[in-house]
Amino acid sequence: MSPQRRAVSLVVNGQRHALEVVVHHTLLDVLRNDLDLTGTKECCAEGECGACTVWMDGVAVNSCLVLAVEADGRQITTIEGLSREGSLSPVQQAFLEEGAVQCGFCIPGMVMSAAYLLQNNPAPSEEEIREGLSGNLCRCAGYKRIIAAVQRAAEEGRR
Amino acid sequence: MESLRGSIRGGVVKRAEDPRFVAGQGNYVTDMRVEGALWAVFVRSTVAHGTIASIDTSAAREMPGVVGVFTADDIPGSMPAVVRSLGEAAPRPLLARDRVRHVGDPVAVVVAESEREAVDAAEAVWVDYEVLPAVASLDAALAEEAELLYPELGSNVVAEGGFGPDEDVLADAEVVVTAEMHNQRVAPVPLETSNALAIPRPDGGAEVWLGSQAIHYTRNTISRALGIDRELLHVRTPDMGGGFGAKINCYREQVVVVALALKLGRPVRWHEGRAEGMLSMSHGRDQRQYLELGARRDGTIVGMRWSVTQDAGAYPLDGAIMAELTARMASGAYRIPALEFRWRGVVTNTTPVDNYRGAGRPEAAAAIERMMDLLAAELDMDPAEVRRRNFVPPDEFPYVATTGERYDTGDYAAALALALETAGYEELRAEQAERRRRGDRRQLGIGISSYVEVTAPGGRKDWGRAEVTPDGVVIYSGALSHGQGHETVFAQIASDILGVPFERIRFVQGDTDYVVRGGGTMGSRSLQMAGSAVTRAAEAAFEKARRIYAHNKEAALDDVVRFDDGRIGIAGVPDSAMSILEIAALAADPANLPPGEEPGIVVDEIYEQAEATVPFGTHISVVEVDIETGEVEILRHVACDDCGRILNRMVVDGQVHGGVAQGVGQALFEHFRYDADGNPLTGNLTTYLLPTATTLPAFEVVHTETPTDQNPLGVKGIGEAGTIGSTPAVVNAVHDALRPFGVRHLDMPLTPARIWEALRAARA
Repeated sequence: MSPQRRAVSLVVNGQRHALEVVVHHTLLDVLRNDLDLTGTKECCAEGECGACTVWMDGVAVNSCLVLAVEADGRQITTIEGLSREGSLSPVQQAFLEEGAVQCGFCIPGMVMSAAYLLQNNPAPSEEEIREGLSGNLCRCAGYKRIIAAVQRAAEEGRR
Repeated sequence: MESLRGSIRGGVVKRAEDPRFVAGQGNYVTDMRVEGALWAVFVRSTVAHGTIASIDTSAAREMPGVVGVFTADDIPGSMPAVVRSLGEAAPRPLLARDRVRHVGDPVAVVVAESEREAVDAAEAVWVDYEVLPAVASLDAALAEEAELLYPELGSNVVAEGGFGPDEDVLADAEVVVTAEMHNQRVAPVPLETSNALAIPRPDGGAEVWLGSQAIHYTRNTISRALGIDRELLHVRTPDMGGGFGAKINCYREQVVVVALALKLGRPVRWHEGRAEGMLSMSHGRDQRQYLELGARRDGTIVGMRWSVTQDAGAYPLDGAIMAELTARMASGAYRIPALEFRWRGVVTNTTPVDNYRGAGRPEAAAAIERMMDLLAAELDMDPAEVRRRNFVPPDEFPYVATTGERYDTGDYAAALALALETAGYEELRAEQAERRRRGDRRQLGIGISSYVEVTAPGGRKDWGRAEVTPDGVVIYSGALSHGQGHETVFAQIASDILGVPFERIRFVQGDTDYVVRGGGTMGSRSLQMAGSAVTRAAEAAFEKARRIYAHNKEAALDDVVRFDDGRIGIAGVPDSAMSILEIAALAADPANLPPGEEPGIVVDEIYEQAEATVPFGTHISVVEVDIETGEVEILRHVACDDCGRILNRMVVDGQVHGGVAQGVGQALFEHFRYDADGNPLTGNLTTYLLPTATTLPAFEVVHTETPTDQNPLGVKGIGEAGTIGSTPAVVNAVHDALRPFGVRHLDMPLTPARIWEALRAARA
């Protein structure tokens, strides 16, 4: 038996894609394997680590928990869509400035969650930043500089 | 230090590797696209201990997209022994042959055109087990009549050792404190799981991409396991999402993937899922310790006795002999005149235990630092004071401990003093007294850990190359950075020595064709060994450039100097100076070379360090314990680490942050558990708790700098210090808060439930 497929239309980073997807494939599968957008990472595939965080209609989601068919007709933003025309977004730049990166594997998801947080709350308290990133695991860096990076990006945004 | 004269040393230089990571352009093995690659998925044992009665692969073979299903009959062979003393005993077959020894043991492998098809087909492989009694704990493994994992060995004890005098090491003690502790099993959980991608080559070899901390060792392991000439294996590690020791030893699955690619003549790839990786990737720690510490009433230690039983898991990897590393640190930061250490490594029906950040040394620090606090409590002394009285004093270095370990340099009291000052120790004690006096529900605890560490404990040799071309400099390293920032720090070193801008330096690692040899990254060795090799190679490259310049300008070599801007020229004649890149252009033409010089400026160096180095420091953790609920909140964590000379503060502090996070995780949350039948209870990230952004405090990181005499950079390791120093500080802090309630010792993790139970029992 061959797997059931369905046609979906996704707008990813502003570009429309008409695809035939296997019905049980996740948005993460489709982004990485069909669209070759490998910046979004697979880590736990059960919504615990946040490495696969993308935005769906402007809301941060774990793309491992969203079926591709559920994303039909939605606007998806991935890490590749955050930097425009080769220039990094303020959050990405702040991660660089603060030295928040070690192995880098959690960083795309972390950046997507951080940028989402700042979009909804441009002046978060440290507590709110910690809460906002609590769904994203980092095993290397202990969060201190990641939190500092979000604070820096927030400050830059207010200037 | 002579060679590092540039201004960037010791300062904050932003990491060269980060722009690609923040843009989502990191290149990890699973991100690589290879046309026509097949996917491998492993069928794993669902029982902890059993014999394989039959494997039915017929249904799976008929599934869509399936290319083949393979068992030990198709892919025979075993991994080379990790514990050399065991020789061929206790083999680790590539795929289980007749017996499975832990849940997750690979039994068969399915290869299909797509990952999803392979996953589906793997579920259609039926394995019939004759279940054997599982020995899922040390008690079960050591019981009389225990089921044996390797009947041919006659025991579940697979390794043992120790040292000590004939006399009673506690004979002179006026007071003896004892404790039994369990340094619990944890899972390393690098965010990137294990993986491999093998691409067959026309010459019968393969290009192999995988996440590894040590590619040369991995290449040799694959070569031995499959009987392939190592020259036919081109092994490469691109970006890697963490390792923490669990990616040092090569995995069976990685070898099987290479075997499959060679067998099928097509590229084959594999990456484990998280839940799978929680069982197939090695675990860390799991050491039971019985300790006796003897002292005089004034707090002076007279002797200590250790008895250590290490759970090795199902196959003897480095875990079986991990206690040897614990033994090397058994004296901690202290003068201990008489010391006895006995250890055993025991196999159980659990995931194999192997290296995890610190590997044997956090276990030593956790035990000895807890014992120092128990001694302080027994004598009613301040825990800082009992440590001060026993530190190896600064004028005794190099110091040889009763363990036989040579301690290179140190000033332990200085690090303690800086940590106490940073924390505001006296004020904290006053606040603690006040909270105790008023019976505050939230009690304050202050925990001290004054640790030493042995870095670069083995494999004290590594390789580096400096290649100067007219376009720039290429630095090659035998270490293998995967978050540690070598791309930045090693380029800083080369930039300083060669006078070439940081941006003109390219960094090569993780490729057995270009990196002639290498020990990889482990044991906090990279900067000491590979960094020193790169230093020496760059220095020699610089000297060669000087000679070539002198020859071309017909100048005496002694008159050729380096100017402040990095250029090479004749002293007093700056107009004559050339950059080393310009000299590299000259060096390409044999006509420009002095007699006996080879064309080009390419220098290889091997650096061999005579001894391990011993970093040290003091961590102070300040916690609040809710005595009604048992909840712990870390208010502050002060880390004062001395890793010798600091080349890049940002990188060093980052290593400390991450290490502390993992150390706190072990102290408070992390515990990989099994039921009595060997079924894992914490096999995913819902049940195995990792520190999150809401559970860690903002660390306060300070340093003292005591250079080592063991390498030209004066550096010691820093990769594991945070893990080693932090755990005992947190544990001691919680016990410090609980002290008025009569709770003497609790094992990690210090969960609210465990603390609440202890408080309830103490009140009853």
